[in-house]
Amino acid sequence: MSTHDNPTGIKRWLYSTNHKDIGTMYLILAVIGGVVGAVFSLLLRMELAEPGMQVFGDDYQFFNVVVTAHGFVMVFFMVMPAMMGGFGNWMVPLMIGAPDMAFPRMNNVSFWLLPPALILLVTSAFTDGGAGTGWTVYAPLSTYGHPGKAVDLAILSLHLAGASSILGAINFIATIFNMRAPGMTLHKMPLFCWAVLVTSFLLLLSLPVLAGGITMLLTDRNFGTTFYSPEGGGDPLLWQHLFWFFAHPEVYILIIPGFGIVSQVISTFSKKPVFGYLGMAYAMVAIGFVGFIVWAHHMYTVGMDVDTRAYFVAATMVIAVPTGIKIFSWIATMWGGSLTFPTPMLFALGMIFLFTLGGVTGVVLANAGVDIALQDTYYVVGHFHYTMSMGALFAMFAGFFYWIGKMSGRQYSESLGKLQFWIMFVGVNLTFFPMHFSGLAGMPRRIPDYPDAYVGWNEISTYGSYLSIVGAVLFLYIVYKTFASGEKAADNPWGVGADTLEWKLSSPPPFHTYEELPKV
Amino acid sequence: MFLNAVCAAIAAVFFTGISAFSALAEHAGAVHTGQPVDWQMGLQAAASPVMESITDFHDMLLVIITVISIFVTVLLLYVITRFKESNNPVPSKVTHNTALEVAWTVVPILILVTIAIPSFKLLYFEDRAADAEMTIKAIGEQWYWTYEYPDNGNFTFDSIMLEEDELDGHPRLLGVDNPVVLPVDTTVRVLLAAPPAGVIHSWAMPALGVKTDAIPGRLNETWLKITQEGWYYGQCSELCGTGHAFMPIAIKAVSKEAFDAWVTTAQEEFARNDGNESVRVAQNTVQNQAQQ
Repeated sequence: MSTHDNPTGIKRWLYSTNHKDIGTMYLILAVIGGVVGAVFSLLLRMELAEPGMQVFGDDYQFFNVVVTAHGFVMVFFMVMPAMMGGFGNWMVPLMIGAPDMAFPRMNNVSFWLLPPALILLVTSAFTDGGAGTGWTVYAPLSTYGHPGKAVDLAILSLHLAGASSILGAINFIATIFNMRAPGMTLHKMPLFCWAVLVTSFLLLLSLPVLAGGITMLLTDRNFGTTFYSPEGGGDPLLWQHLFWFFAHPEVYILIIPGFGIVSQVISTFSKKPVFGYLGMAYAMVAIGFVGFIVWAHHMYTVGMDVDTRAYFVAATMVIAVPTGIKIFSWIATMWGGSLTFPTPMLFALGMIFLFTLGGVTGVVLANAGVDIALQDTYYVVGHFHYTMSMGALFAMFAGFFYWIGKMSGRQYSESLGKLQFWIMFVGVNLTFFPMHFSGLAGMPRRIPDYPDAYVGWNEISTYGSYLSIVGAVLFLYIVYKTFASGEKAADNPWGVGADTLEWKLSSPPPFHTYEELPKV
Repeated sequence: MFLNAVCAAIAAVFFTGISAFSALAEHAGAVHTGQPVDWQMGLQAAASPVMESITDFHDMLLVIITVISIFVTVLLLYVITRFKESNNPVPSKVTHNTALEVAWTVVPILILVTIAIPSFKLLYFEDRAADAEMTIKAIGEQWYWTYEYPDNGNFTFDSIMLEEDELDGHPRLLGVDNPVVLPVDTTVRVLLAAPPAGVIHSWAMPALGVKTDAIPGRLNETWLKITQEGWYYGQCSELCGTGHAFMPIAIKAVSKEAFDAWVTTAQEEFARNDGNESVRVAQNTVQNQAQQ
């Protein structure tokens, strides 16, 4: 029996210091963020279904606003809350045998900073014409270009979301370093925990740079400073350097927890430990480290010195090496295994395949020489949606189907789950693969109307997005059905392959776990 | 298995991309038009030495990434079929193989080095022209381009997108009222700028392999050498606000003689005011009075 308080009602959720409840709230927020972001993306695809204006009329600014909001919402209010806040909070303490997070009250603050941040962001979209700056918020478009209050609201939203993530990152680092069960050395820790640890360091080191950058943006906009304005001795490129110093690690923040989830899932359904465990762990460390020194590969066309560009080409291509190690180690994990293919395994396999495609186009883009032809085209959009919308999203679906039985105590419908996988798999490929063609042909990104020659591939993209939306709606239905009438989940529904600590607990686990520490 | 079919289809699309691309490259006709075509899958046909190099390098990369993608796909499909539970009920316990791990670290490094060498060559070749024969300057405004011809009498003009009822054969969203006229087989330095209180734009011309940002407070430089007469179209390639999609770039490439003739007329048509607007207004007034 629990010796602790078991609060109920509003006290349980608003004042929550329980990692499971907070994880659940993060997951709910991520679903809300995902729905908002998906509606934005649907609007964009409907607009781009044909040349001319379909949805936005003559309001080109609002198109840009939706582009911006889609990016921000998906990054800060869908992927990050789901990966770190949701699965991280739920599973890291369970996997390392800790009773809770190191700083439970700080955990509460981390979560409750996010809903106001989301409200600020959505408010920004409907204030003074909205922030049509792209998620990159490049100055001076974000200073002179947007005199209203929309960009200020977006900046404040980022401040809150950033503070939330920094606090969360500190919490994970302290938890993982100090609260592992006896015998759970760092080198025995499940790879998902390694992924969360690496991601936490990336958050801790990159978000303060964003915070500084957007504060300077805020003072440029409101208090007459000229950090990013040439007439006052500032430089628009300073913003780009600061932004990408944050934003490049940020894209690894989005995908590295996904690496962790995929490692757990592949190992479980191969009934084999992960191949080359240490290599896998330190590949993530290497990706995280190198991720900090490649930021200007987003800036090949700004007029940087050619030697500088050459450095960033070399550094960027280095990332392909640890990434390749991960892909091949996953395949080697399955090699000789005894494979079963429930929904989480399908999503993990889909993630490996699609992330590989996104990875190889990344190698193309890394080369500044050829990037001249591709920078700011749909090729880039295709590339990063293969890594994010398929890499990160598929990993999240894998994690959801893998752990929902554990978290809720009820199992999802296997047939519906598999159906959703195939709908999403076809949908996202139809949506994003043609973007490579449009991009090679020269179609710029972030345009509401395009030259007529681009219509063919855009139509296909739009049909693909409709299919993906069907998949997303089906996912919501699966969630509903799981909670309404899902079968009771076994403590370990996956068998011998699922050997991490969370499967030794009941499904759902008790409100307070590990009151006596497990021995590993 | 369905997965096999899907993966095979995607691999097929990769290859179709390559072949469609090469077909397109051969198709280039007499009067060249640098613009996208329906269902285009590859880069636009090259009309400058830089774009030719980019195309060659991209073709090489496309082969490499296609082979890698197919290799990973085949491995995945093999593993999925060979080691599914019904075929392999007892999992092996192997979790290490040093030789294998060294191999999949070293081989990618070698591939990357193979890529890096031509990549650096291309990068340095693109960077700038040592001996430009003439210079033009493009200034990114919200939302049109202003061009200056400092070497040809220093005239200047604005280049504004044509509306749908003014197209006259130009492609929609790509045609402009005053194109940049340039001579073929001439090394042209292009300077890029934006007004101090403006925003960032990017001057892009896909068929020529050019894309450089126009940034307030900075003077950027790129170069081009057009190999074929004709029309070339590009679009602003950095989000610059509401009209971002509506400030295209159009180049009319002509023979050197035709260019010289155009310069003579352009000098009159676009005579530079240099802040002496009032003088010209006064002259006009005098002329008007004389006519009356």
